[in-house]
Amino acid sequence: MVLWLLVVACGTENVGQSDSTLHRGLGTDPESLDAQKACSVQAANLLRDIGEGLLAYSADGQLVAAAAERWEIADDGLTYTFTIRADARWSNGDPLTATHFVLGLRRLVNPANAAFYANTITDIVNAAAIIASDMSADELGVAAIDAQTLRIELTQPVPYLLSLLTHPSTFPAHSKLGNVDTANSARSLLSNGAYKLLSWEPGSLLRLQRNEHYWNNAATAIDLVHYHVIVEETVELNRYRAGELHTTDNVPPENFAAIKEKRGDELRISQYLGTYYFGFNLTRPPFKNNPHLRQALSMAMDRDVLVEKITGRGESAAYSWVPPGTDNYAPPQLSYTNLEQEERNAIARSLYHQAGYSDDNPVQVELRYNTSNTQRRIALAVQAMWREALGFEATLVGEEFQVLLTNIREAQITEIFRGSWIGDYNDAATFLNLLLSNNPANMMGYASEEYDSLMQRAAAQVEPRRRRLYLEEAERALLADHAIMPVYFYVSKHLVRPEVRGWEDNVLDYHYSQHLSLDVAQ
Amino acid sequence: MVKYSLRRLLGAIPTLMVVVVLAFLLVHAAPGGPFDSERVLPEAIKQNIDKYYHLDEPLPQQFFRYISNVVRGDFGPSYRYRDHTVTQLIAGSLPISILLGSLAMLLAVVVGIAAGTVAALRQNSVVDRVVMAFAMTGISIPVFVIAPVLVLFLAVKLQWLPAGWSGSTGAARLLLPVIALALPQIAYIARLTRASMIDVLASPFIRTARAQGLGTYAVIRYHALKPAMLPIVSYMGPAIAGILTGSVVVEQIFGIPGVGQFFVTGALNRDYTLVLGIVIVYAVMIVTMNLIADLIYGVIDPRVRYR
Repeated sequence: MVLWLLVVACGTENVGQSDSTLHRGLGTDPESLDAQKACSVQAANLLRDIGEGLLAYSADGQLVAAAAERWEIADDGLTYTFTIRADARWSNGDPLTATHFVLGLRRLVNPANAAFYANTITDIVNAAAIIASDMSADELGVAAIDAQTLRIELTQPVPYLLSLLTHPSTFPAHSKLGNVDTANSARSLLSNGAYKLLSWEPGSLLRLQRNEHYWNNAATAIDLVHYHVIVEETVELNRYRAGELHTTDNVPPENFAAIKEKRGDELRISQYLGTYYFGFNLTRPPFKNNPHLRQALSMAMDRDVLVEKITGRGESAAYSWVPPGTDNYAPPQLSYTNLEQEERNAIARSLYHQAGYSDDNPVQVELRYNTSNTQRRIALAVQAMWREALGFEATLVGEEFQVLLTNIREAQITEIFRGSWIGDYNDAATFLNLLLSNNPANMMGYASEEYDSLMQRAAAQVEPRRRRLYLEEAERALLADHAIMPVYFYVSKHLVRPEVRGWEDNVLDYHYSQHLSLDVAQ
Repeated sequence: MVKYSLRRLLGAIPTLMVVVVLAFLLVHAAPGGPFDSERVLPEAIKQNIDKYYHLDEPLPQQFFRYISNVVRGDFGPSYRYRDHTVTQLIAGSLPISILLGSLAMLLAVVVGIAAGTVAALRQNSVVDRVVMAFAMTGISIPVFVIAPVLVLFLAVKLQWLPAGWSGSTGAARLLLPVIALALPQIAYIARLTRASMIDVLASPFIRTARAQGLGTYAVIRYHALKPAMLPIVSYMGPAIAGILTGSVVVEQIFGIPGVGQFFVTGALNRDYTLVLGIVIVYAVMIVTMNLIADLIYGVIDPRVRYR
């Protein structure tokens, strides 16, 4: 045994020893590396390395030209014309043309491909009808004028279209894509990004290699990138501490204080476009038509205690639905944001009584959450806060995630439930659209004519400043209704070794491998 | 023996059928579907996805489609790992689980039997007490405690061994998981061996052997070991199946892409086909392991006859 130990010890790969391979923690496996079929954050992270859209983000989160070198937007905001780089290539050396983008977008809406993100581009002419199988995918309002020129036509202005076009679901598709079998031969996956897929061992490792045909290959510093599939955060931390990872996907809450103390320089905490919330079932009593009760609960929840004592990883208390840091948007705040918790509790109590409840006539409500340590601790704390401030009794119900989702969707037994929303792109609409009365993902069942009409008016606006005013007005209406209880804003949390250069914090938490380099001298 | 084996294997087919039907009904009865998330999809898109995966068909039709594909060796596409089929995922992960499980079992058998025998020979001595104390500890400390301790000490502190599967290649990445898997088994086998060996050593035929002037080694090697192994063999069948299928914790801690991890991921994501595929593989494995245990029983115990 000892001999084996000695022999095998020499075979251990340590990040300090190899200078051209970047080891990144990934979290779970991507469900697919087919750009049009993928939907998870993990898949998107990988796809941004191996693929490229018309636009992309710089290391600090600014929109920049990518496969398209320039674009023009018509005055009515309905027609976009992109010029594709002449030197853009696929990983097999084939030139990348406008036709490939047409193919990609058609694949996205073609019902036969069952794409999850098909609705990201429903504002392109005919997209909705194609998704509903009423039209052929060839009729999508996207055309290759010539090899280098792509035209996209919209039914209504989409001010955030450019940031949408960084999303992997809008990446180009090679005409040979249909024959690709990533599972059996990863190398055959055609892609147009800075890297190409070398191998994929599900549940363990994805290896990427520099794509020498990439138009900006000269700027890529690292030759090989290994994405390690590590589901458990503590396991990932151990692997980082053992020197097997350069960057982690997350940082576990359990060891956070110790990490902050010992590895404060390596800890990267950044604002993130995500909101943790408690939702009400607005379709049934006691929360239907009961804004006083909703406001009372929202006010009696001490968010500062939650983010300081329970989550404790740099999250900030949320008094708006749209997170701060969202482009071209200043989130309105809940009316009581500037009050002290004591004052809030006093008002909450009076609202609670106005709603017809008291110690003698309390209301019994269930709070549902998906079973996990953090969720349970948050729920317990909130339960105690409500009890103390209002005498309000919430029964905690922990459920497996899928069970919880089913219950929320059916809206029969749920009363208060925990939820979270992560922005797909950097625009307030990705959050505000959720509460539209006709959005199937609106699990609260919020339906406000005022809100819908403000959102519609915002959607019709080409002028960004006016659009922003409508959106902010809509959120103000939403917050005044207390239709939702924002709890805190997420942060992105990573450990990044000192030798990794080029890592910049950004609200989208995008960290393209092509922007990173390894300082061997470290 | 061949006839017996064949009959047992054929007899297993109805068992497997029942397992498949039950598993199919159970996974479909679980709330939620494979494509549910907080991002509820628009109806048109959801319909397209259901149609693509035949989830829009009535349950009996889905069942017969599934069974007829399984009979042809096709376990269907995975819903969670959409670029892979269930067959590909099992084909990739089963050899890893088998390799780890066999190495762990081998280690457990060698160390466990040796320790148990030594303890039995020196019954109630210090050696016996020490061995049994270790065995008791091995049984009572769960693997989710032992494994991280091993990682912290050997991988994080000393950096002798990799902390996770994908961090290295070759034998290095096998050592810690094999030890973590083997430790509780060593403990069980040592205790079983000790008890059974003490029993056997007290039997008349051992006394006869001793009376004939045979040394301790010869008595153990030629007379006591074989009969003392009977409980170990009956334990081994289910234990091997258990170690192959139940190593989820070890797989998660070391990030090993074994069957257990896919089973858990599949179940949590309502990946019906992946869960069913692995249930079938597990069922086949358990049936086979029990049969092998019964056959070995016959080899070492002359009183057992197959009919």
